[in-house]
Amino acid sequence: MNNNKGFLSWFLDPSRRGPLLIAPAIIVLLLVNIIPLMWSFGLSFFKYRANTLKLPKFSWFYSYEKVLTKDNIWESLQTTAIIVAGSVGLQMILGFLLALLFASQFPLRKILLMFVLAPMMLSNVAVAIYFKLFYEPEFGLLSQFVQSFITGEMYVLLSTPAGALIGVIVADAWQWTPFVMLLVLAGLVSVPKHLYEAAEIDRMSWWRKFTTITFPYVRSLLLLAVLFRTIETVKIFDLVFILTNGGPGTATETIGVLVYRTAFQFFRTSNSAAMGYILLFAVIVLTSLYLYVIKQRESEDI
Amino acid sequence: MKKKAIGQAGWLWTGLASIVAFIYFFPVLFIILTAFRSRSDTLATPPKWFFTPTFENFYHIFFRAMANSTEYVATGFHVYFFNSIYISGMSVLLALLIGTLAAYGFSRHPLRGNDTYLFIILTTRMLPPIIVIVPIFLIFRITGLAGTYTGIILMYTAFNLPFSIWMMKSFFDELNTEIEDASRMDGASERSVFFGVCIPQVKAGLAATSVFALILTWNEFLFSLLLTNKLTRTMPPAMARTIGGEINVDYGLLAAMICLFIIPIFLITYLLQNQLLRGVTFGTIKK
Repeated sequence: MNNNKGFLSWFLDPSRRGPLLIAPAIIVLLLVNIIPLMWSFGLSFFKYRANTLKLPKFSWFYSYEKVLTKDNIWESLQTTAIIVAGSVGLQMILGFLLALLFASQFPLRKILLMFVLAPMMLSNVAVAIYFKLFYEPEFGLLSQFVQSFITGEMYVLLSTPAGALIGVIVADAWQWTPFVMLLVLAGLVSVPKHLYEAAEIDRMSWWRKFTTITFPYVRSLLLLAVLFRTIETVKIFDLVFILTNGGPGTATETIGVLVYRTAFQFFRTSNSAAMGYILLFAVIVLTSLYLYVIKQRESEDI
Repeated sequence: MKKKAIGQAGWLWTGLASIVAFIYFFPVLFIILTAFRSRSDTLATPPKWFFTPTFENFYHIFFRAMANSTEYVATGFHVYFFNSIYISGMSVLLALLIGTLAAYGFSRHPLRGNDTYLFIILTTRMLPPIIVIVPIFLIFRITGLAGTYTGIILMYTAFNLPFSIWMMKSFFDELNTEIEDASRMDGASERSVFFGVCIPQVKAGLAATSVFALILTWNEFLFSLLLTNKLTRTMPPAMARTIGGEINVDYGLLAAMICLFIIPIFLITYLLQNQLLRGVTFGTIKK
């Protein structure tokens, strides 16, 4: 260890305290995140396949051109958009309703909340396996329900493109509705009580109370919930990979699954890097928007 | 005082909420029931709601019956179980150590461009792991880190770091700096301000952050799938591999695995209810 007092006190000078404290974190992130990102940025300008020994060949925007024109990136972006819209939409509606239900204090509230909140803490793998079991044609609950009450035949949800999409959306929405609920709940309890009391005196209708008092308090949190869930759902991979593996055909091939397949099944490494950068761009835009809303909300101080 | 709810409602509301919670919870309940069913009961149509519970599925996680013999061989799942605990434990510890220091730095000694740093750090967490994994995979292959504990622990440390920094920063930001200033006036050194004044005040925050980070790592699938081998694999990819072929999937076995996975998580959800909002938004939303 360094026992040199002079050096130590120079090193630990108050003006250097901030940088010193964050240095270890920055180093780890540089090593494991930033440098790999740069690497893959570089890679996207080369022709390279990770399963051959050929050296990368510089090719300007070839990968990007190829990705944007040949590969089915547009199709997978569309699929991702459908899943995001469906799942986030469902989460918002159900999450809002659940939050309204749990907004007031009642006996056993905390225990019941546990049951509703837990799904978002579960592993995507566990959720995917569960829904696979649920949709299973022979003895899955869904199929048996349809069989005994509606058609009398086995029901294979995941075999049709639309069915597979619905299957993925329902599973994802089930897992993440508690997230939206939690945010809305935070908004609902932040409404000052005296506003409701004043509204009571003015004999406002339920709808007017909702639109003029409740909603303004929940609005920014709703927006944050939409942004956060959109960022996360755009990346959706585990659930789709295990539940449908992108199928049938490419019906549920989201951008995450496409990048995975391109990189690790077809070994078009540089193409996958180019795709990754297109995805990264979208996520950066969404993240800055998210932080902007956070800042706005903090400065409004509600 | 923290407000938890608006208004009061009676047992009638409890009844309504329990029905909704039951419907919502039903998937998990069904999995738990499946885990305790024998193999023939699992395959029964219509589903058997009343059956003699059995622990055979739990036993089969670790020991698998050989075809046409009564012998049982270890499946190696105890290894995956240990790996999950070891790898997530180590990486959370490292991330918490480095992250708490950084969070304290960001909160108390802001740099020029503090917000930019924080933004970049959050972005590394928000960005799709699939982008980083391609070059990481290549780098690990070259450096020989692929399949080693060091490699995956390093990966997960970086994975947990942004989360730990944002979470801990939100806890440090909440503290009243007057206490720190007062102890500085009394001649306390910077080190004792940090260890003696700040850390004791964020103990709950440290606990919450580590539990959330543990769950995130415990649940992570993609990194482990690509960067570990048979000896260092963690639970999620091991579970996903059990599905493998589409035919003859042993759902009872899978259900038992999921049970081992989810029961601790329910307890944690209950205990950390007040910190949940902060946890799931990486410390960006406090109330």
